[in-house]
Amino acid sequence: MIRKLLAAFAVLCAGAIVSAHAADRIDPAADLKAFQSYFKQQFPNVPFDDFVNGPYAVDKGMRAQWESIMQFPPYDFALDDGKKLFNTPFKNGKTYASCFPHKGVGIRQDYPYFDAKSGEVVTLELAINRCRAANGEAPLNYETGAMDSIVAYMAETSRGKRFDIKVPKDPRALAAYQDGKQYFYSRRGQLNFSCASCHVTAAGKRLRGDILAPALGILASFPIYRSDWGSMGTVPRRFTSCNSQVRAVALKPDDKAYRDLEYFLTYMGNGLPVAGPGTRP
Amino acid sequence: MKPIALAILVALVAATPALAASEQDFTTAYAAAEKVEQQALAMQAAWTTTEKTLKAAKKAADAKDYDHATPLAHQAEALAKQSIRQAEEQKTAWRQAVVH
Repeated sequence: MIRKLLAAFAVLCAGAIVSAHAADRIDPAADLKAFQSYFKQQFPNVPFDDFVNGPYAVDKGMRAQWESIMQFPPYDFALDDGKKLFNTPFKNGKTYASCFPHKGVGIRQDYPYFDAKSGEVVTLELAINRCRAANGEAPLNYETGAMDSIVAYMAETSRGKRFDIKVPKDPRALAAYQDGKQYFYSRRGQLNFSCASCHVTAAGKRLRGDILAPALGILASFPIYRSDWGSMGTVPRRFTSCNSQVRAVALKPDDKAYRDLEYFLTYMGNGLPVAGPGTRP
Repeated sequence: MKPIALAILVALVAATPALAASEQDFTTAYAAAEKVEQQALAMQAAWTTTEKTLKAAKKAADAKDYDHATPLAHQAEALAKQSIRQAEEQKTAWRQAVVH
């Protein structure tokens, strides 16, 4: 009997060690496979591409409301504004197109990316502000306003292109990816929630009046017009908002931790089509 | 007046000045709370609840209500310590939640 108990204990310990090593190992491709498989199993009736639609992919009632809303998409004003802003020359005569590959058209699926030169993750919002700085312009607010409009326009020109985030075999890129992964799974705030608490464990379930969106594809529709905000918002705005909701002090919207989180989470959605701008409740 | 009632009255009167918090009590408690909260902020582990409690303590102190302000400062320190403990635990605990 004791031998059997000892053997069972040894098996449990070995399992725990294997599990801990699996979490420690930095293997983005393996993570992606496991992550996407998890959601496909959780939601077998949701077509893969439909995960970009968040709660509307998993709840019929919400989908019906959304389809009704989309007859007059609330982000249309931002799109028009964004196109104008994107093409308006800076004081030096250049435009945003001068800062981006393919003149900034159809490139959303490649952001965020790891910049080997600076050794950090660059989000589209950061790239836009860097473009402005390089052309002698003041930075834009990362979370809302003109930034939303410009990102909305750039996303719209990329619709349907599949996310293709790269994690190069650069130790700094792998560290950024792993930091983003750790942030995603770490509980924080007085309510003791992690991103995963809502968007992995409780994905598709109700939290008060909301249906929690699955983490797979959750960033594909950004920027979004959120009814709760009554305005557009970027990915950093959503992160600061989520932090506040769990009673954690939000970070600066361009904080490295948020950029790494976006890097990890967007990578997890590789293969999904760009669907921004979008709407959410 | 019965002796027991008199004793209670005397005890209450004697205890009242000792229970009242002074400005010094508040200043010490607030400084301690702020110190821990700064650590939590540096760790990106701070809670909004702590910040709100610190603000409420300061507001009460500004109104010279140290009896209210001092316990709030102690509460803020306790919250800040809990937030740091959470962050320390999560340095390893997050691994349990990873999708495999």
